[in-house]
Amino acid sequence: MIDLNLIWFLLVGVLIIGYAILDGFDLGVGVIQLFTKDENERRVNVNAIGPVWDGNEVWLLTAGGALFAAFPPVYATVFSGFYLAFMLLLTALVFRAVSFEFRKYSESPKAKKRWDMAFALGSFVPALLYGVAIGNILRGLPIEIIDGKIVSSISFLGLLNSYSLLIGTLSLVLFTMHGAIYMTLKSTGSQLNKMVDWANKTWIAAVILYFISTIATFFEAGYLFYGMLKNPLFWLLFILMFAGMIYIPIGLKAKKFGWTFLSSSVMIAMMIGLMALSLFPRLVPSNIDMERFSLTIYNASSTPRTLETMLIIALIGMPVVIGYTIFIYRVFRGKVIITKDSY
Amino acid sequence: MLDLDPVLLARIQFAMTIGFHFIFPPLTIGLAWMLVIMEGLGWKKKNEIYTAIGKFFGKILGLIFAVGVATGIVMEFQFGTNWAEYSKYVGDIFGAPLAAEGIFAFFLESTFLGLYIFGRERVSKGVHWFSIFMVAVGSTISAFWILVANSWMQTPAGFIIQNGRAELTDFWAAVFNPSMVVRFFHTFLASLVAGAFFMAGVASYLILKKKESETAKKALSFSVVFGLIAAILLVFPSGHEHGKQVAHTQPEKFAAIQGLYTTQTGAPIAIFAVPFDNPPTLKAPIEIPGLLSWLAFGDVNAKVKGINEFPREEIPSLFLTFVSYHNMVLLGMYFIFLMSIASYLLYRKKLFDSKKILKILVWSIPLPLIATQLGWIAAEIGRQPWIVYKLMKTKDAVSITVGSGELLFSIILFFIIYLMLGSIFLFLLIRKIKQGPEPIKDKEAIA
Repeated sequence: MIDLNLIWFLLVGVLIIGYAILDGFDLGVGVIQLFTKDENERRVNVNAIGPVWDGNEVWLLTAGGALFAAFPPVYATVFSGFYLAFMLLLTALVFRAVSFEFRKYSESPKAKKRWDMAFALGSFVPALLYGVAIGNILRGLPIEIIDGKIVSSISFLGLLNSYSLLIGTLSLVLFTMHGAIYMTLKSTGSQLNKMVDWANKTWIAAVILYFISTIATFFEAGYLFYGMLKNPLFWLLFILMFAGMIYIPIGLKAKKFGWTFLSSSVMIAMMIGLMALSLFPRLVPSNIDMERFSLTIYNASSTPRTLETMLIIALIGMPVVIGYTIFIYRVFRGKVIITKDSY
Repeated sequence: MLDLDPVLLARIQFAMTIGFHFIFPPLTIGLAWMLVIMEGLGWKKKNEIYTAIGKFFGKILGLIFAVGVATGIVMEFQFGTNWAEYSKYVGDIFGAPLAAEGIFAFFLESTFLGLYIFGRERVSKGVHWFSIFMVAVGSTISAFWILVANSWMQTPAGFIIQNGRAELTDFWAAVFNPSMVVRFFHTFLASLVAGAFFMAGVASYLILKKKESETAKKALSFSVVFGLIAAILLVFPSGHEHGKQVAHTQPEKFAAIQGLYTTQTGAPIAIFAVPFDNPPTLKAPIEIPGLLSWLAFGDVNAKVKGINEFPREEIPSLFLTFVSYHNMVLLGMYFIFLMSIASYLLYRKKLFDSKKILKILVWSIPLPLIATQLGWIAAEIGRQPWIVYKLMKTKDAVSITVGSGELLFSIILFFIIYLMLGSIFLFLLIRKIKQGPEPIKDKEAIA
């Protein structure tokens, strides 16, 4: 049964997946930047994402806006509940956003290096925090509905539980792998070899962490597995995820970097898809009473009129967005060329 | 833990983060449209001087845009973090313009700015011009949608209160609510004025320092005329229409900003006065009789409601609204005045040699940005105590789960961050300006 609420669940999911695939790689490049000593390599890293990172980040803003429009109580409850974590995330994103232009107009190598670090830490922190946030949502948040009002009391330290930190590490490693694979398309020579090496190593780490996370999820949030094995959609997503995962080292070895990037994108997309499928129809489970207090796509949505209006806006706008995004990526495809306009 | 009012803290945080953010979008919009014209002339006329203007101010636009984006990210999420009760109560209506802004505007301006800055050597001149055109269109659409959201808080429409929240009944009525169109044009024109003053000031500086004078002179000539037209339109009809709309839709705010404390027919306009809140009085006023009635209702004898008509707890701070509004108007007049003199001198071919005016133009760069801040303060303080006019009070809108300690922490955090960003931005901007545009000949060698 397809209704507007389900469509909006899917659309918010698409926006989050778009963000994870697109900004995911440039967050990953930022993490690699943290460990890159050579100034020339650092410059290639920055310029590999220079023309596109800003457009990529808009997927996050739009996902936030869409969540606000379609599921206001979720937007309000999660963001105010994760208050301090959110301030930390915003701090990181603010410094990251200015780091590129500030690097460009800084003259001393020392100042340039400082903004490289701002870019690196501004990427590391979000890459970790997204996973921590997902971990906490999967475990369920202390949400109650008292007198018709949604009440949630989440403490900052409570967010830093071992399960969520595990998921945080997984997202950090996944984005780093994705970034390394992106850089195989953009770098040359010894830097390219290093990136292949990074991609291979982070792939192994990601596979191991994914395996451990799956087992941990079984114990921490077993409800997510209920009915999954009988669901054909689960198997479809799982097989696609697995195929993407398996192809990565093969593609790296065969130097088919474009295909490798596609597979890591598929792998990330399907991981998020599997998570969404097992959460459905919940958006934020309550660990006080899963049945009564969870925020779902039905009890936490806007009115059908708003959902319908927003759907029309999305159907008009998003194809155009995807069209010119593809155009821009085509213009800037290929290895990084440093010009006088570069960062 | 702390004996501080969380509502006040949340308001301080919002005012600070949006005030700082609001420095950058008007400059972006204004400069982007001016660059559309400059790059267009450079492309069509194959004139290297216009292209040099485009390159120089294009780089500065990149810097301004970056800080605008960085501080804008905070705004997109702050409704959820700090104003959770508000978000739940009006999310059915208020979320849509924010999402539409993302889909129709943010993607457009961000994606094409990358192409504009990095693509000069990679795409044809036509596509490159198209990229700055899309940046201008995108940033303007962004202003449109965020002002839809803001105007709806001032003059809400197209909804009913049902199921304990505001629910959308008519999307177009909500979008084109009574203050939307006038507010959009007023803010858009203010952005053009901000861009014009910026370009004029920077060009004046370069002429004074004798750096690439040919390029700077062209930029100054263009921006002075552009600025004059925009400044005139900003005051009349735009400012006048906006004032009339406030008089009709938000009489308390109108009385407060104008300093009209008792209802009267043939109401005077106060050109200057020192306002006091308690009791509402204007000290040392200079007034023109009947003018306020005429401006608001087109009749010198019309009756205008004063502050005494409204319950004490439903009126805003009289001091802040009066002072910010009057200084904004004063600045508006100054913009027309200065640009008129500059345009006249340009016509008489004396502008480039009149050092005094060039210096004044340099020092006037921040004034339109101060005027937009003042206008914003008058509009937002003038709406208090409501967050959504006559629908929800600001005190009921804050996140109940966020405590004073957390708020204080984040205020200090963002204060430090923005102070740092602001200083570094200014430092880099001024250094970039001092370097001046690239020499023209060099350009031909590369091309």
